Amino acid sequence: METKRTAGGRLLTAAVKSTESAIFLALVLIMAVTEFFAPNFLSGSNLYLISRQISFVAIVAIGELFVILTGGIDLSVGSVMALAGMAAAYLMKVGVNPSAAVFLAVMVGMAMGAVNGVLISYVKIAPFIVTLGMLSLASGLVLGFSKGWPITEIPKSFLPIAQGSFLGLPIPLWVAAFVAVVAHVVLRYTAFGRRTYAIGGNEQATFLSGINVSRIKLRLYMISAATASLAGIILVARFNSAQADTGKGWELDAIAAAVIGGTSLAGGSGSVLGVLIGACIMGVIKNGLVLMRVSSYWQTAIIGIIIVLAAVLDRVKPKRA
Amino acid sequence: MAPTLLEMQGISKHFPGVKALDKVDFSVKPGEVVGLLGENGAGKSTLMKILSGVYRADAGEIVWQGKTVAFPGIREAQEAGVTIIFQELNNCPNLTPLDNLFLGRELHRPHSPFLHYPAMRKKALELFAHLGIPIDLDVPLSRLSTALQQMIEIAKALLTNVKLLVMDEPTSSLTERETARLFTIIRELKSKGVSVIFISHKLNEVFEITDRIVVLRDGQNAGELDSHTATTEQLITRMVGRELGALYARRARAGGSEEVLRVEGLSGPPHVQDVSFALRKGEILGLAGLIGAGRTETARLLIGAARKTRGSILLSGKEVRIRSPADAVAQGIAYLPEDRKVQALILPMSVRENLTMSIHRMLLHLGAFISRRKENEITDSYVASLSIKIASREQTVNDLSGGNQQKVVIAKWLASKPRILILDEPTRGIDVHAKAEVHRIVSELAESGVSILLISSELPEILSLSDRVLVMHEGRVKALLEKDQVSQENIMSAALAGGPG
Repeated sequence: METKRTAGGRLLTAAVKSTESAIFLALVLIMAVTEFFAPNFLSGSNLYLISRQISFVAIVAIGELFVILTGGIDLSVGSVMALAGMAAAYLMKVGVNPSAAVFLAVMVGMAMGAVNGVLISYVKIAPFIVTLGMLSLASGLVLGFSKGWPITEIPKSFLPIAQGSFLGLPIPLWVAAFVAVVAHVVLRYTAFGRRTYAIGGNEQATFLSGINVSRIKLRLYMISAATASLAGIILVARFNSAQADTGKGWELDAIAAAVIGGTSLAGGSGSVLGVLIGACIMGVIKNGLVLMRVSSYWQTAIIGIIIVLAAVLDRVKPKRA
Repeated sequence: MAPTLLEMQGISKHFPGVKALDKVDFSVKPGEVVGLLGENGAGKSTLMKILSGVYRADAGEIVWQGKTVAFPGIREAQEAGVTIIFQELNNCPNLTPLDNLFLGRELHRPHSPFLHYPAMRKKALELFAHLGIPIDLDVPLSRLSTALQQMIEIAKALLTNVKLLVMDEPTSSLTERETARLFTIIRELKSKGVSVIFISHKLNEVFEITDRIVVLRDGQNAGELDSHTATTEQLITRMVGRELGALYARRARAGGSEEVLRVEGLSGPPHVQDVSFALRKGEILGLAGLIGAGRTETARLLIGAARKTRGSILLSGKEVRIRSPADAVAQGIAYLPEDRKVQALILPMSVRENLTMSIHRMLLHLGAFISRRKENEITDSYVASLSIKIASREQTVNDLSGGNQQKVVIAKWLASKPRILILDEPTRGIDVHAKAEVHRIVSELAESGVSILLISSELPEILSLSDRVLVMHEGRVKALLEKDQVSQENIMSAALAGGPG
């Protein structure tokens, strides 16, 4: 191992050796295959569409990453998306201005995350159970308040957040990029990020090092809920309505993106870049299957195979010295 | 001349970049207890793993009971009569001793898939009675002491008609009394013709129990000694390849009189009762006792890792509230836990990241970001001052030897500039050389004014380092020995206060 490395050199070595580069190669390969079987895949309009679709999954998956890095799991992200989206739509319907509505709706989502976090880190209940309960609770709140009806009174001024574009790229893609950059910087360069990885690496040692593990975990579940809320709210603009079943099954997509991106469910390893590539792989495959006119029933099965395959490949890859 | 049970000849093994073993010869006769010694990384474990089929040798021959063999795996080795008890016990803590004992070779009712518990229980009771171990067969294994768990591993080996038992650091977490019991069992095995390979860093024990000592150094044979005639100096010289200053040099140092820490009536789970003591500036207060005496538990209450039910903690005369390790660190109390891999290190992280784990707040800029420059500086300075051997500060601690890992943990706590340092088994499972260095570091720290609470199950360590010794028994303080009263006899009699049993 080199002792002295320039920033550029370090970046290059990291790029060649990292898990991310392997996944990135897989993505390129998948894109090539897709283009071969569905020649309109790489068309500008198609890429525009899938980049928007991938952005939503990526935003949710990045929040999920924070939780998974500590060895936890957040199954409630899909329901929290629906809840925050419904809250935002309702607030706008009753006349709250869109930016205030977005802010308040994210707060509603984060409150759910705080409930998850308190139960997990202070009451010490397993994350799987707590967030499974929250999945049901949040989705029940949405159904109860909306009685299953969508809210369609969405102000026109709110729609560009999902339907507009900036410099030729869809706005959700810019949002996802912003979330990704912030998440990357937090995880790589702050004490909070370091501690997040440390908890996943060895929670007991982290605790005995004098780090307030419970407080960090609480914040992580709030982060996961916040990104889920953000995605859910932007989806309202995408569909011009808030639907009660928005986000259904998205927890699986988010977890799958993280796993495909090389995140260890045991905690301690994973990166924002990996998650982004993982989300792209999922998005490309889904889109490719549509273009190839594969029935949506079969699509689900194929996605399942991809997820398990990614985990298997991660398992058999040679360990880095 | 007795026929040879095991003959390993010219064993070589390469790992990428390392020559782990280089033409090593090793043999064992029936009923012989052979000590296998060497510093960490000398190749002891690799040799044993080749014997038991975990690794395959690159070159060399293994002759077992007159036949050339290469066991394909631990199970086959076991069936042939070779059993290894690893340092880290491989058992299922959630199952009972009975289940663990028969794991993988359960007895079934005839022609059925159902377990024959009465038969297993009968056999287990016989076995444990024979070993002279009182044991509850029906509680989860995790409730038993490490010593008892080890006895169960031995019992497990006896179930398989063992001819050669390899014990890797069996006494590293045993007290003297438990060790004595283990030795009685080893002697009994020996009298029945079972051979034992005994790997340990505790030289006095090696001399006591073995017939012959084989020394490895840097993957090569470094001599053989007769346990009955050899001296400690001869042994150490062969292990390290040079003379080493007296291993346990008694310090001559006046402890200060200023009281830094006072603990009054500390009580808490699981069984710590009314513990009171004072720690002076720059002194080393030894905390002795048998395993389960409540020493680690006292330390955990002190740093807030467990919640105390009663009692108060005073720092320099002022009562403080410590409700978590974070509070303890903020008050300048550092705790080096007994199990470095499980409790102290984040194995997949780098030396740098581990070393700065408890001092993030000293490294912050803009309130949240860790300054990489400061981090590198601090890491480099401790790596140099404790002479930690690493390839780079980015190396993961998982790849370091036990001694260097322990130094990283010590460096981590020194970096937090503690007033009080609690060391829990600071030299467990590290080689003689690293041990001597740790002792030197601890002494120097005390000289520099840090107050140290030293928990150790190794009496020589307590005796040589401590200014005063606190002895615990069953959760209570049994004695406080002042400097002139500190002796092996006084410590042991207080530690055994409840009488043997």
